[in-house]
Amino acid sequence: MSVVELARPVEKPRATPKGPRRRVTAWHRWLSPLALLAIWQIASASGLLPERLLAAPATIAATAVDLTQAGTLHTAIGVSLQRVLIGFAIGGLAGILLATVAGLSRAGENAVDPIMQMLRALPFFGLIPLFILWFGIGEEPKILLVALAVSFPLYLNTFSGIRGVDGKLAEVAKTLRLSRGQLIRHIVLPGALPQTLVGLRQALGVAWLALIVAEQVNATTGLGYMINDAREFLRTDVIVVGLLVYSALGLLTDSLVRLLERRALAWRRGFLA
Amino acid sequence: MATRLSGVARAFGDRVVLDSVDLELRDGEFTALLGRSGSGKSTLLRALAGLDDEVTGKIDVTSSVAVAFQEPRLVPWKRLLANITLGLDAPVEKAKAALEEVGLTERSDAWPLTLSGGEAQRASLARALVREPELLLLDEPFSALDALTRITIHHLVLELWARHRPAVLLVTHDVDEALLLADRVLVLDEGRIAHDIPITTDRPRHREDPDLVALRTTLLAALGVSPEGRS
Repeated sequence: MSVVELARPVEKPRATPKGPRRRVTAWHRWLSPLALLAIWQIASASGLLPERLLAAPATIAATAVDLTQAGTLHTAIGVSLQRVLIGFAIGGLAGILLATVAGLSRAGENAVDPIMQMLRALPFFGLIPLFILWFGIGEEPKILLVALAVSFPLYLNTFSGIRGVDGKLAEVAKTLRLSRGQLIRHIVLPGALPQTLVGLRQALGVAWLALIVAEQVNATTGLGYMINDAREFLRTDVIVVGLLVYSALGLLTDSLVRLLERRALAWRRGFLA
Repeated sequence: MATRLSGVARAFGDRVVLDSVDLELRDGEFTALLGRSGSGKSTLLRALAGLDDEVTGKIDVTSSVAVAFQEPRLVPWKRLLANITLGLDAPVEKAKAALEEVGLTERSDAWPLTLSGGEAQRASLARALVREPELLLLDEPFSALDALTRITIHHLVLELWARHRPAVLLVTHDVDEALLLADRVLVLDEGRIAHDIPITTDRPRHREDPDLVALRTTLLAALGVSPEGRS
């Protein structure tokens, strides 16, 4: 009898439901940005903020629609996205491959790591003049700048991820008689993956940054070209549209990685929860 | 093939942990290895598992060795069944049967980090036994479990041992555990096997059995502790 009573859940007076209150707070957070936007619009309309310095929000929105309808924006995004993707693939592959070589043996570390650390110390945007001399002003220097920028965060994180793999699991692998290949495939690389994914997110951030810088140099297509071209004609509205597209693409790729993270690291959910 | 060690030694720097160990583990025999903390029990087990490259002396051991460690050491990014089959040549049905033996069939899709301590330790036993070892090394695998779970797992281990009959070396600091489970108790002291005591009491055993009570006093004395806890 008493057991039954103990097992019965205690009725608690319900506190104010949390959901709606949270929604109100979320809504509140939009107030200040909207106010800023309104002030910006008023300043532009009253002539306080001249259009050659910064276009009005309404103008920017209209321009975005125009550029989309004309197809200009699509073409520019396509070109820029392609540069980032190719550069990212090359740099990412190189970074992870080098990290694997350096991570798996002392000899590999001695061969690869000093060079990577030296290269990392170079300000890679400062390499643009050399890249132009070496590769001209076509697509190559832009793609390679992205690749170079991407390779370092992926190298560093994957390397430290591999070195951080629990030595106790390596012992398990030994008692289970795994071959070296199996050890790498089943223990080392999956063990390094969480850190590699951190590197992936950092890499995406610098990839867009590297692209923006690279596209300031002699681009004849792409978002950077669109922005530079707009500067010539004092079209601040087009410049802002370009910047907004850059950040939207950055957010988009970041959320893709987060999605990937959630799937690949499902095994951690148990203990994170 | 029996396991034979002669003149096995290991030092960490100036500290001699194993001085000269001579030992034979007979086929199908359940041996418990007792010793104070730092006495080199785990060092000896690691030498037998092939995890210590710097140990010296002669170690004659079957190639068919499996280990269950103190922490279950499941690979966290592999689901339970994949942990059992890792590095296994046998068909997957055998792994499923091994999970069934330890009562984990329903958790075969679970991530290791979602298992309880007892479940993880049972999984670790299944992973070792599915390899049908001739020698099963247990490195204090019950020490982190709560008392109730430990009792259940003791029964499970005896049951699995009776069915598969590997030679077992159980490293433990728990005298009662050794008395309840083993055919033979070794005490490691000053880097040597100081005592080698057979236990002939029939199983299932009870802690109150007068033979075991007498043996407990002997073993505690060998470990330098009186039953009242004073040394």
